[in-house]
Amino acid sequence: MKCDIILAGVGGQGILSIAATIGLAAVEQNLFLKQAEVHGMSQRGGDVQSHLRLSDREIFSDLIPHGGADLIISVEPMEALRYLPWLSDSGWLVTNSVPFVNISDYPEVGEVVAELGRAGNTIVLDADSIARDLGSARSGNMVILGAASSFISMPFKALEDAVRKMFGRKGEEMVEVNLKALRAGRDAAAAR
Amino acid sequence: MHKLLLLGDEAIAQAALDAGLSGMYAYPGTPSTEIMEYIQASPQAAEGGVRREWSSNEKTAMESALGMSYAGRRAMVAMKHVGLNVAADAFINSAVTGVNGGLVVVSADDPSMHSSQNEQDSRFYGRFAMVPVMEPRNQQEAYDMIFDAFALSEKYRLPVLFRITTRLAHSRSAVTLREKIAQNGVSLPSNPRQFVLLPAIARKQYRALTSVYEKLRTDEVIDGFNSLRAGNGRGTGVITCGIAYNYLMENIIDSQADYHVLSVGAYPVNREKVAALVERCDRVLVLEEGYPIIEEQLRGLLDRDVTVLGRLDGTVPRDGELNPSIVARALGLKAGQGREVPSLVRQRPPSFCKGCGHADLYQALSEVMAEIGPGRVFSDIGCYTLGALPPYNMVNSCVDMGASVTMAAGAADAGLFPAVAVIGDSTFTHSGMTGLLDAVIKNSPITLIISDNSTTGMTGGQKSQATDRLESICLGLGVDPDHLKVIVPLKKNHEENKAVISTELNYHGISVILARRECIQTASRNKKAEAAEKNKSRE
Ligand code: SF4
Repeated sequence: MKCDIILAGVGGQGILSIAATIGLAAVEQNLFLKQAEVHGMSQRGGDVQSHLRLSDREIFSDLIPHGGADLIISVEPMEALRYLPWLSDSGWLVTNSVPFVNISDYPEVGEVVAELGRAGNTIVLDADSIARDLGSARSGNMVILGAASSFISMPFKALEDAVRKMFGRKGEEMVEVNLKALRAGRDAAAAR
Repeated sequence: MHKLLLLGDEAIAQAALDAGLSGMYAYPGTPSTEIMEYIQASPQAAEGGVRREWSSNEKTAMESALGMSYAGRRAMVAMKHVGLNVAADAFINSAVTGVNGGLVVVSADDPSMHSSQNEQDSRFYGRFAMVPVMEPRNQQEAYDMIFDAFALSEKYRLPVLFRITTRLAHSRSAVTLREKIAQNGVSLPSNPRQFVLLPAIARKQYRALTSVYEKLRTDEVIDGFNSLRAGNGRGTGVITCGIAYNYLMENIIDSQADYHVLSVGAYPVNREKVAALVERCDRVLVLEEGYPIIEEQLRGLLDRDVTVLGRLDGTVPRDGELNPSIVARALGLKAGQGREVPSLVRQRPPSFCKGCGHADLYQALSEVMAEIGPGRVFSDIGCYTLGALPPYNMVNSCVDMGASVTMAAGAADAGLFPAVAVIGDSTFTHSGMTGLLDAVIKNSPITLIISDNSTTGMTGGQKSQATDRLESICLGLGVDPDHLKVIVPLKKNHEENKAVISTELNYHGISVILARRECIQTASRNKKAEAAEKNKSRE
């Protein structure tokens, strides 16, 4: 088993919380894991990505080869497209549909969505509204993770346990909110 | 056995603590910053009384670490690759003095310049200084190697250079921890003149260093990190350095028998081992993350004994970091491709955070400069370098830490008036103060704007040595109190700030404007931390 995931977003959107959750789950599942992050300059509103690799045998490279990713998880639609060179032919792309516009030449949102439609196996969902409907506008990232969960080779419960661990320090309420978001994401993706 | 999920940086930090570290010294710089941050946050370090304050710059960090080593205890110093330029004087000479307590110098290189001004290769410095260099292949090895680095340092009484690159520094993996080693006590060097580099002493010690360096090649520990694995027949030989090994394995995991592989993790390299590889094959591909150092040595001046492939003949791109696809192509294998990036995808360059004080400063400055003319703003290294990008397009230089002040002074000396320097508070105390002293003494007419966000913002908000000290530093260096101004870069002060900038630009002497407003990222982090503290004390 191997599962290579590209996480994408804009600096400050907190893609690392998704990475950390999958990472925790992977360690509990006794999987090998490598996760390359971007720190520094680009964190200031630039494009950021993380290569997350899971496997049941030793992983060598910290970076995923081009055409090798099984999954792109993106919290921003245009950023999802930036990493298509990494996606394998059978890979899936799961992304938030809400654009993060901090550049003056951001393309028409409709065109971005159309382009995503051409990208093959795609799940596009408005994670922000789903999170807002749950009363926790800030848990959009967990919605996205939930929507991608069926493509990550581990039981859903492992992700739930990881969320409990991740947010445990911040109190039971935070745990519940994020679990709800995770499940809502999964259900929204399943409904498609 | 205790297992943790650690960044390469964090693995190094945890290892140093477990290996009996007494003092950690550093100046923040991507991709090395997390080493000190980890040690500062570590309860284990607190319990052990490990010294772990940021230093003003890499040179002061290096020297303090050397001082701790002088006193017999284990010290580590960490910096980004260009920081080693700043620390180079102390670093090179520390090989001649040698050490007492173990001393490990971590230099984190940034090939592809994700967050840097160049992609220099620290291994060069290792050869230059003639000290052992270690270059771990993964997080676990980074952890384990630190123990060997300290042991080697104490065995040969030399500092050890620990070289990593961005991908290892900022990639996370599981690391199994070892038994902890107790800290050394204080002990003086047995030779009281060891650290006195008067020519007569230095000559003797330097000669000794040159002969020790040759012995290092066959040291068991160093050689042990360089493994030769023979393949079948006279196939291709591959030499990998550090993490390049991972990219090779990614490609040949199922066809290993076709290749002879020498995987290098420590330097200087044993010549016999290289010879054993070369004898077995018709051509040798060298994969190095960074400069073609081993490749050049292998080619030699005449480049005709062995067929060598690498960065110098174009088999591997001459610059930039390696990745699995580049290595696949270098091996003549089919590299994966994926789809093209759709043309509607736009560049998304980094930008100021919403509400950042630097932005308000640049807004005011750009309006004032619009009347004066282009080409007069020398800047420096930090978030505020982003003033070079639209919409400000304000910055005409960014070279090295502190260069804004001195370049502005040089241009002013040439007759460019007004000449403006924009520097951050932390960069100013790193290397700007001496330049200001020069300017004061020469009376070079510059306007120095210190954009004081009261933190080291770019690297994530580390403590700035300048906080609460800038006025007294500038006055102490001889700046005229009438031309030391403080402004608060906020929208509501815009006109007022423009007036101050404009007046000082027209003054034919040295002015310093402190544009002071806390970095909003740091401010919000501090607020959160305070709230958490309060909650805790209530409980
Ligand atoms: S991190 Fe701080 S100093 Fe840097 S751009 Fe953001 S607000 Fe400004």
